[in-house]
Amino acid sequence: MARRGAPVVALVAVAIACALPFLLSNFRLFQFTQVYIYAIALLGLNLLTGYNGQISLGHGAFYAIGAYAAAIMMDQWGVPYGWTIPAAGLICFAAGFLFGLPALRLEGLYLALATFSLALATPQILKYFEHWTGGSQGIVLAKPSAPFGLPLNPDQWLYFLALVVLLAALWLAANLLRGRVGRAIVALRDNPIAARAMGVNSALYKSLTFGVSAAYTGIAGALSAVAIAYVAPDSFNIFLSIALLIGIVVGGLASIAGAIYGAFFLHFVPNWAQDISKAAPWAIFGVSLILFMYFMPYGIAGAVHRIAQRLQRPQSTGDGREPPPSVRTIA
Amino acid sequence: MSALLEVRGLEAYYGRVKALDGVTFTLASGGITTILGANGAGKTTTLRAISRMVRTAGSIRFAGEPIESCSTEDVVRRGVAHAPEGRGTFAQLTVEENLRLGAWGRRDRAGLEQDFARVFGYFPALDVRRRQQAGTLSGGEQQMLAVARALMLKPRLLLMDEPSLGLAPLIVQEIFRILRTVNAETGVAILLVEQNAALALDLADHVFLMETGRVVMEGPSELLRRDDSIRKAYLGY
Amino acid sequence: MSCKLAVDTFIQQVVSGLATGSIYAALALALVMIYEATDVVNFAQGEMAMFATYICWAMLSAGVPYWGAFCGTLVIAFAGGLLIERVVIRPVENAPILTIVIITIGLLEIFNSLAGWIFSYVQKPFPSPFPKEPVRFGEIVLGSHDLGQIGVTLAVLACIFVFFRFTPLGLAMRAAAQNPVSSRLVGIRVGWMLALGWGLAAMFGAVAGMMIAPIVFLEPNMMGGIQIYAFAAATLGGFTSPVGAVVGGLIVGVVENLVGTYVSFIGTELKLTVALAMIIIVLLVKPSGLFGRAVVRRV
Repeated sequence: MARRGAPVVALVAVAIACALPFLLSNFRLFQFTQVYIYAIALLGLNLLTGYNGQISLGHGAFYAIGAYAAAIMMDQWGVPYGWTIPAAGLICFAAGFLFGLPALRLEGLYLALATFSLALATPQILKYFEHWTGGSQGIVLAKPSAPFGLPLNPDQWLYFLALVVLLAALWLAANLLRGRVGRAIVALRDNPIAARAMGVNSALYKSLTFGVSAAYTGIAGALSAVAIAYVAPDSFNIFLSIALLIGIVVGGLASIAGAIYGAFFLHFVPNWAQDISKAAPWAIFGVSLILFMYFMPYGIAGAVHRIAQRLQRPQSTGDGREPPPSVRTIA
Repeated sequence: MSALLEVRGLEAYYGRVKALDGVTFTLASGGITTILGANGAGKTTTLRAISRMVRTAGSIRFAGEPIESCSTEDVVRRGVAHAPEGRGTFAQLTVEENLRLGAWGRRDRAGLEQDFARVFGYFPALDVRRRQQAGTLSGGEQQMLAVARALMLKPRLLLMDEPSLGLAPLIVQEIFRILRTVNAETGVAILLVEQNAALALDLADHVFLMETGRVVMEGPSELLRRDDSIRKAYLGY
Repeated sequence: MSCKLAVDTFIQQVVSGLATGSIYAALALALVMIYEATDVVNFAQGEMAMFATYICWAMLSAGVPYWGAFCGTLVIAFAGGLLIERVVIRPVENAPILTIVIITIGLLEIFNSLAGWIFSYVQKPFPSPFPKEPVRFGEIVLGSHDLGQIGVTLAVLACIFVFFRFTPLGLAMRAAAQNPVSSRLVGIRVGWMLALGWGLAAMFGAVAGMMIAPIVFLEPNMMGGIQIYAFAAATLGGFTSPVGAVVGGLIVGVVENLVGTYVSFIGTELKLTVALAMIIIVLLVKPSGLFGRAVVRRV
C-alpha cells in the first residue's frame, strides 16, 4: 500500500502527535493515550484475523494477560514499569504461540468458537487465582511520573510513552508485512493449500502469527495497566474481545492505518454516545458491525484508500473495486 | 403443434466466461429431443439455463411464458423437472422421502399414493428399497430414483442430464426403455443431454448438435442415424 | 446410612444436572439447526433468547397469565428469528465465514444493548410456572422446577421430532439443509426454509431463556455463561447432529453439576473454565463430536 503521498502524511501526523501534549488538557491527553493503546491492540488482532485469516473472538484474554503480567510484576515484585512492557510482550508471545499450536487444527468457525469461549471464561479465571490477581477487587498501582526529571507531567509522559510504543509497533508491523513473511501470512489466509504446496510452513507461520499478534495485544494491555494504574477482572470480559473485533472491522481489516481509525472509533464513540444512554454505545457498535459488513467491508481505511486513489487518478476507468482483503463475496 | 419451449439467442455465463453463445431452438410438446456434442460444448449449461441455475441473457419461453426472470423453484413449479448431472439424490433421506420431495413443486398434491404406485410400476427396484437410505443405492438405482423423483412432479418437460454417466450399458438401456414408455404413456416432453450418441439417437425423435456454445446442426434423429457422412463428420462414428 | 445419603445426593445432582442440561440442550439444538442449514454458528443465539425472555416478562407484567405469555413469546420469537434471517442474514448468505460471524456478533451487541436500554440493567425476578414445593421420591428430594424444565424441554423436543420426521414441511426443511441445490430442483424455496429454521431456533432459545430465568434472574447478561455451555454441548454432540445437541446438552449439564459438587478445587468459580476445557478438548480430539459426521474437505 505504498501510496505516493503516504510518507508525507505520516510525518505530518507524527509531528502533530508530538505537539499535542503541549496543546491539550491532561484529560484529553489521557484519551489520546488510550486511543494509542487500543491501536496497538488492534494492530495485533488485525495481524491475526485480517492478514492471516484466523478468526479470534478472544483477544481480550491476551490483553488481560499482558495487563495482569505488568500489574503483578509492578505490584508484587516491584519491577519498574518500563521493563514490564516488553516482558508482557514476551509472555503473551509465548501464550499466543502455545495457544496457536492447538488452534492450528481448528478452522474458521471452530476457532471463533474456541476463542469466544476463552473470552467468556477469562474473568472467571482471573478471579479464581486471587492470590496473584487480587480477585474481584483487582490490583491498584501507582501512576508513574516522567523519568530523568523531564519537564513533563505524568499524563504527558504516559502519552509520549504510548506514542513511542505505537510508532515502534506500526513500523515493525509494516516491515513484517512488506516482506516474505507478510506474503506468506497473507497467502495462508487466501489459499492455505496452495501456500503449503509452495513450501510455506503453515504450522510455523500460523503459530508465529498468533504469537506476534498476542504479543502486540499483550503490550497494549500492559500499557493500559500502567496508564490507568488499575486492573480488575471485569474489565476483561467478552465485551473487550468484541470491542477489539469491532475496532478492526470499522478501522479496516488487513490494514495498518485501520488500527488507528478503529482505535479512535472505539474510544470516542462511547464518549458521546453515553450521553444518550448507557446502552447506546454497544447498540451503535452492533449496528456499525452489520452496516460496515454490508456497505464498507474494508472499513474506514478502505474508504480512505479509495478516496485517495480517486484523487490521484481523476479519470479512472472501471469502478476500481477489488475484492476486499478477506471479505470476498461470490458474485 | 404449439411450442413447449422456445429458446432464442441464449447466452450463459459462469462468472466472466461465456459458456453459451446465442443458442436458439424450439421444442414441441410431447417429443423426445436429445442434445449431443463433445465435452464443453454447452449441453449441460443449456439445461441449467432453462432451470435458471446459471446467469443468462437472451430469451427463454416455456409454454408461451417468459421465464428468464424466474427462479429455479418457479420454473419447477411451472412443470419443468430436472434430473441433474450426478443424480442430485438426497443421500441422507430415504427413497420414499426423495420421491415425496419430487412432488413438492406440484400444484395439486392429491393422488400422491397413485403416483407412488405409478412410479414404482416403472421402477420396481425402488419399491423394494422404499425405506432405504438413498445414498446406499447403487448408481443405476440412484439414476432410476432421479427419474422417478422427476416424474413425481407430473412435469410437462423433463430435463435429463447425462443419465448414462457411470452406469453399465444394460442398466442404461433399461432406463432408456422406461423413458420411452413414460413418454408414450404420459406425453411428457423429454430433453436429453447425452454423451452416448448411439443410445440417444435410438431414443430421441429430434437431435440438436452443439459445439462451443452454439447449435450447429439440428434435425430428425432418423437423418443422423441413416446418413453416414453427417454422422461421421459430427459424431465421429 | 451415609452410603444411601451419598446415593440420594448423587441422584439429586444428576437430576439437577439434567435440568440445566435440558436448557443447554435447547440452546444447542438452536445452534445446530442453524449450523446444519447454513454452516453458520449464530453467536447471537443466547442474546436473542434473553430478549425473548424479556418480552415474556413484559407480557407477564401487563397481566397476561403465564402459559399465555409463554406461548405468545414463542410466536414472537419465531417471527423475530424468521425476520432476522430474511433481513439481516440473507444479503450476506454467500459471504465468507468471517463476515457472517461478525454480523452475528453485531446482532449479539444489538440485542444485549436493546435489552439494557428498554428494560434497564437491574436484575428482575422471573416467575416459574411450577410449584415451589419439591417432589419427594422416598428420601430423594427433587426440585419441581428442575423436573418441570426437563418436562417442558422434552415436550418441545418431541414436537420438533414429529414435525421434522412426519410432516411435508419438516421434510422440505431437512432437504433444504442437506442439499440446497437439489431442493431447488424439486421446487422448494430454500431461502424460506432457512428463514423457518431461524424462526424455530429462536423459539428454542426462547424456551431455554424462560426456563432458566427463574434461577439466574433476568438481566441482559444472563445468557453469557449459559451460551458457553451451549457451545460446549453442541461441540460435544457434533454440530451436524440434532440428537447430538440434545445428548451433548444433557451430558454437559450433568458433568457440570457433578464436577462442581464433587471436585472441590473447581467448585462454582471455575465452572466456565470446565466448559471451555471441554470445548477445546473435543475440538482437538474429535472435532465432529460424538454424533456428528466428519467433514471431508475436497482439495
